[in-house]
Amino acid sequence: MIREILVSVFLLIGGLLSLVAVAGVLRMPDLFTRMHAATKTGTVGISAITIGMMIHFGTITVISRGVLVIAFFLLTAPVAAHMIGRAAYRSGVSLWILTRIDEWKTHGEIGKED
Amino acid sequence: MVEFICPIVMLMLAVSFGVAFVRVAIGPTLPDRVVALDMAATIVVALILTHCVQSGSSYYIPAAISIALLSFVGTVALALYIRRGGPS
Repeated sequence: MIREILVSVFLLIGGLLSLVAVAGVLRMPDLFTRMHAATKTGTVGISAITIGMMIHFGTITVISRGVLVIAFFLLTAPVAAHMIGRAAYRSGVSLWILTRIDEWKTHGEIGKED
Repeated sequence: MVEFICPIVMLMLAVSFGVAFVRVAIGPTLPDRVVALDMAATIVVALILTHCVQSGSSYYIPAAISIALLSFVGTVALALYIRRGGPS
């Protein structure tokens, strides 16, 4: 009984986080704020759903594969977000009009590397 | 209890999947579309795992892992493409 409640709670957390993420992707004003919503919340949501699945099955095979899924997402999501953000900034995607801090514009040297 | 929760969660994930493709359609630049497609692939992985819980069979977890791998490789390839100048 407690196990079923735990599984349901983790699955609902994952579904609600995916809804929050998609609301952020649809409503945020800027590419970088949209990336904040998409990558961060997507990673936590899929971790919650995987933890729910691991509790539901409870065998060593499923738990090892679930840990593999979580580790893979936690490793690749920051790398992909960093590469997309850097490429988008360098290709001239405009920032939000209310952006306060743009450190690459004030301190960096655009066009000097690569 | 899980068999009541699973269709609700799958409905939430399906709605998220559809709305992510709204951003793919209206996204003003190419990186917006890449971010939305990456999130759609993440939601597909979550749908597969929820289907594992609902049907009670654990044979779909390697499919989830391989979809995650493909979405990462595709995102990195599109990021390199944007960095080399993109469609312009």
